[in-house]
Amino acid sequence: MVALDIKDMEVVYQHPDSLANVSTHYCPGCTHGIAHRLVAEVIDEMGLAEHTIGVASVGCSAFSYNYFDFDFVQAPHGRAPAMATGVKRCKPDRIVFTYQGDGDMISIGAGEIIAAAGRGENITVIFMNNANYGMTGGQMAPTTLPGMKTTSSPNGRDVEQTGYPILASELLATQEGASFIARRSLHDPKNIRMAKKAIRMAFETQVRGLGFSMVELLSTCPTNWHMTPANAAKWMEEKMIPYFPIGDYKVHPALSELKV
Amino acid sequence: MAKELWKGNEAFAEAAIRAGLQAYFGYPITPQTEALEYMSSRMPELGRVFLQAESELGAINMVYGAACTGVRTMTSTSSPGTSLMMEGLSYIAATELPMVLVDVVRGGPGLGTISPSQGDYNQMVHGGGHGDYYPIVMAPAGVQETVDIVYGMFDLAEKYRSIGVVMLDGSIGQMIEPAEMPPMLEVRKDIPEWAVRGGSGKDKRILTSINLDPAEMEKMNLRLLKRWKEVEKNEVRFAEYYMDDAKIAIIGNGTAGRIALSAVRAARAAGIPVGLLRPISLSPFPVKAVQEVAAQVDNILVVEMNAGMMLEDVLKVVQGKTSVEFYGRIGGVMPYPEEILAEIQRIAANPSPINGHPRDLWIERIEPVINR
Repeated sequence: MVALDIKDMEVVYQHPDSLANVSTHYCPGCTHGIAHRLVAEVIDEMGLAEHTIGVASVGCSAFSYNYFDFDFVQAPHGRAPAMATGVKRCKPDRIVFTYQGDGDMISIGAGEIIAAAGRGENITVIFMNNANYGMTGGQMAPTTLPGMKTTSSPNGRDVEQTGYPILASELLATQEGASFIARRSLHDPKNIRMAKKAIRMAFETQVRGLGFSMVELLSTCPTNWHMTPANAAKWMEEKMIPYFPIGDYKVHPALSELKV
Repeated sequence: MAKELWKGNEAFAEAAIRAGLQAYFGYPITPQTEALEYMSSRMPELGRVFLQAESELGAINMVYGAACTGVRTMTSTSSPGTSLMMEGLSYIAATELPMVLVDVVRGGPGLGTISPSQGDYNQMVHGGGHGDYYPIVMAPAGVQETVDIVYGMFDLAEKYRSIGVVMLDGSIGQMIEPAEMPPMLEVRKDIPEWAVRGGSGKDKRILTSINLDPAEMEKMNLRLLKRWKEVEKNEVRFAEYYMDDAKIAIIGNGTAGRIALSAVRAARAAGIPVGLLRPISLSPFPVKAVQEVAAQVDNILVVEMNAGMMLEDVLKVVQGKTSVEFYGRIGGVMPYPEEILAEIQRIAANPSPINGHPRDLWIERIEPVINR
């Protein structure tokens, strides 16, 4: 056994300052933790911790304010973009972001998110799409795939009865007020690095006052998908990404030269 | 400052601005829209925040966000919009944030009419949102009183970290009367200790309405209730007219109280000893004043522009100690002074206690009038 002398080693990876040092309530294998970390890293790297107000939503991420080590408010279900608007309009020099799930943002909160994007509201939205209502135990969401079984579509989502998944990134990208819209996935290290760059771009959009920015993060929900974390990641790659293609859906020309 | 002619809706908007309003969010709805329009030019002119929201849901949640930053903020709407705001109001109450809502009430239920009504009494006074919470609710009877109440409501909301509601019958929003505007206050520069501002570490603040631990929620509920007890002790407001020697008392608020005053004057001219108690604070309800009236008079007539919502509160206070009758017009119809005068004359001619629930007896009297 060789004793390692770590004194001379460079620290290359550590707990972000903006991530509170507390234990998590998220399920094993859930990608909320990764998304939280990425947002915290970006806030730290941009030096925004003393200038940021987060807006939590309703769903599994209702308690996201416990994990970020800066000011947070908590919105009613779906209303985070409206609440964030109130905060941002009164504190225009602060960075304001919402952290919302798919049921929150594009079902009950569809009106608020489209209105905020249409206004070009200078806020950032972190949108977690895991194709179900996780907090309430895995019901059908507006993003549930055709044929996908949930507790409220026990025979699989029947598109004849319940229609098709809403493609939020494609939808919001049509809004003139939206300046940065991207979809990423959190199922493997390469995609996680790409997700971080998109989150950075979204916050850079807000810092530059360019208007509305949103990053959709395809996320796993092993508990409600009834899969192991590894199988959930595989399922996401094989089933979810083909339906929700990864990509940049809107990039303001002023951002095109930006390298992050 | 001299008196000027002001339309109710524009008058309360200007009064709020003079009270140091920093952020207004609203959505068009009749008969409130002039306030939104007034704010849309006046607030930006003063470098303050105005935004027309996508809906009343949006508006109340923008107010929620603004209130979290510690600014003086408000919205205004009318009854169907108020219904939509109930979710946000419950959250704001639970987060213990000050805000002001002006509800310019119209006839319901449903989309109803755009005519004046007092049909929002129950949803405001007894809380239309979920959970135990207690907004301060005041009902003015004219444009000047509206100005004065709105001007002072921000201080009350902040003192008790509570929702301050000014319930305006649609008639008062739409009428034009002379009113004197109060002086323009400086916009507040400091923010309350609890407000979010962008802080981290030890300076981190969380404003939320959720606490999954029922024991902690119970403590929070008790805190709200005890704060409300202070409001009940300190903030009761009412006006009395011709009550000194009255043997009959009318109890009516807002426009109904104002119309009743005309009837009371006419009845006094005819020698009938009648007076008027006009509750201004509907919540907290003027319990002691109603008790004293009940001890003094032989008959009480409650007059409202609804089917007897405040009537239930009066009955609860009076506890059968004196005879209580009711007269109301519903669905956006306003009573004429002559109708109330006829009620006074009827009671004066036969002051013996009634037999039955006042609402049931009123239905018998009013049905032929409504179906005429």
